[in-house]
Amino acid sequence: MIELRGVSKRFRRHRVLKGIDLRIARGDRVALVGSNGAGKTTLIRCLLGEYRCEGKVTIGGLSPREHRTEVLRRVGFVPQISPPLKMPVGQLIGFSAGVCDSDPERMYEVAERLGLDARAIRHRPFDRLSGGMKQKLLIAIALGRDCDLLVLDEPAANLDPEARHNFFHLLAERKEQVAMIISSHRLDEVATLVNRVVEMDQGQVVLDDHVADEVAMTSLLHARIELARPSDAFAATIRSWGFATRDDGLSWEGEVAGADRLRFLGTLSRYAALMQGIHLEEVERHAA
Amino acid sequence: MRHLLRTARVDISESLRSRWFLVYSLIFGGLVVAMFISGLTESRVMGFTGLSRLLVTYLQITMAVLPLFVLITTVRSVAGDREAGIFEYMLSLPVSLASWFWGKLLGRFLVVFLPVLLALAGAVAWAMLKGVDIPWVQVAFYTLFLVALAWCFLGIGMFVSTLARSSDIATGAAFLVWLLLLLFLDLILLAVLIREGMPPEAVIAIALTNPLQVFRTGAMLLFDPQLVMLGPAAYVILDHFGEQGYLAWAVAYPVALGSLFAWLGYRLFRRGDLP
Repeated sequence: MIELRGVSKRFRRHRVLKGIDLRIARGDRVALVGSNGAGKTTLIRCLLGEYRCEGKVTIGGLSPREHRTEVLRRVGFVPQISPPLKMPVGQLIGFSAGVCDSDPERMYEVAERLGLDARAIRHRPFDRLSGGMKQKLLIAIALGRDCDLLVLDEPAANLDPEARHNFFHLLAERKEQVAMIISSHRLDEVATLVNRVVEMDQGQVVLDDHVADEVAMTSLLHARIELARPSDAFAATIRSWGFATRDDGLSWEGEVAGADRLRFLGTLSRYAALMQGIHLEEVERHAA
Repeated sequence: MRHLLRTARVDISESLRSRWFLVYSLIFGGLVVAMFISGLTESRVMGFTGLSRLLVTYLQITMAVLPLFVLITTVRSVAGDREAGIFEYMLSLPVSLASWFWGKLLGRFLVVFLPVLLALAGAVAWAMLKGVDIPWVQVAFYTLFLVALAWCFLGIGMFVSTLARSSDIATGAAFLVWLLLLLFLDLILLAVLIREGMPPEAVIAIALTNPLQVFRTGAMLLFDPQLVMLGPAAYVILDHFGEQGYLAWAVAYPVALGSLFAWLGYRLFRRGDLP
C-alpha cells in the first residue's frame, strides 16, 4: 500500500534521509521511533507529498506529490504540534470536511467520543483552545472520515487518560482497514498500539521488526498501587492518570488503558523505591 | 474551483481576525475622514464643492501606503504561516496546490482591496449627500487603478513569500522592493539619471515600467489631461500612448505584472518544499 524506494532528502548540504526503503501494508501499525533529528518528521512530510525528495514514494500506487488530492483524501494526519490557526473550530471542521468530501457530523461525533463537545466551542478560535482540546479536534478531523492511512505524530501526548483510552478504541475500530504510522521519540509511548517497529537514526532505518500483537488495544486494566509511605511527587503524577486514594496516599486505585500499560509501568518505575505492591487486572476486553 | 473558494474564504476570515487588518482599515477609512475634516476639499472658502482634489490626494497617499502594506502583510502572513506549521497541517488536507495558492491570493486581494474601495465609496456617498456632481469617469478609473495596484503588489508579495524561507527575510525583501520602486519614482533620481548621461528614453522606460510611477501618472492624467505637472516627459507619454492609451496602460500593466509575479510564485511554490 505504501512504498518508499531509495528515498533521500537533502537540505542544502545536510542529508536528512539517506535512501529509505520501506513497504507498509494495510493492517500494519507502525511505530516510527527515533531520537530528535532522526528524520521521522522529514519522512512523514515526504509521505504527505509536502517535501520533494529523491527516490520514489507511492501510496496506493500514486505519488502523493503528483496526485495530491486523490492520495491525501485517503490519508488522515495528526501533527505533533498543533498549528496556530485563528479560525473558529466550526470553520476548521467545515473546511476539512469540505475538502475531504466528508460529513462534518462524523468529525463532531469523533470529537464527542474523545470527550470534546466541539459544537459548544464551534465559535471559539482554534488557537485559544487548550493543548488537549486542540489534539482531540485534530484527531477528530483525521478519524472523522474514510481513509486508508493514518499518520499520527505523537498523537496522544496531550490527552488525559480517559481520552487516551477512547482514542485507542477509535484506532482499534480501524486497525484492519487502514495502515497506521505512529511517530514517537519513545517506543514505550506507542509500543502496545503497534504490530511493527521502525526505528530511524540519522536518516536511516536501523531497525524494522514485527512485534507481538497480544494486547487488545481496547482493553482496560484496573490497577492498585501500594506504597511504603505517602509521597507528594507520586501523588501528583498518579493523579494525572486519574487515580484516587482512600488512605492518605498509601494506596491508589484507578484504571489504565491496556495500550497504555507499558507507559504506565514506565511511570511507576520512577518511584520503584516507594512501591510495596502493584496489582493489574484486566477488566474490559473488546474483540476490536 | 470549490476548493479555491473555500481556501479564499478561510484566508479572508483569518485576515479579518488579524490586527493588521484593523490597522489597515482604520488607515484608509481614517484618511478620507481626515481629509474631509482638514478641509482638503475643492475650495477652502466655498467648502466642499467636489471630489476631484480629494480623490487625487487620496490616490497619492494610497500610492505610498497601499503597496507597502500589501507587501509586508502578505509576506509576513504567508511566510509566517509556513514557519508556524500552518502549511504543514493545512497542506496535509486534500486541497490542490493551485486551489491553495490562488485561493489565498484571491482572499487576500479582497481583504486588501475592500477597505480602500469602501473609503472611496464613502467619499462618493458623502458627495452625493452634499448634492455635488460626481466625476464618475474619474471615480471609475481611480477604482480600476487601485484594483491594478493592489493586484500588482499582491502578486509581487506572493512571489517574495515563496522565495524567502523565513518571515524576517521575506519582510526585508519586500521592504527592499518597495524602496527600490519608490527610488525610481522620485523625480530627482530621474533627473540625476538624465544628468549623468542616461538616454532620456531609458529614463522614461524605467518610469513606464515602475508600477508606482504608472499609477501616479495615470492618476495625474485624469486630473490634468495635458500632464503639465509632469514636464517634458508628458510629450513622450502622450505622443506614444495618447490619453486613452495611457489610461489603459495604467490599468493593464500593473495587472499583468502582478499576474506574472503571482504565476512565477505559483511555479516556485509547486516545485519546492511546501512547509
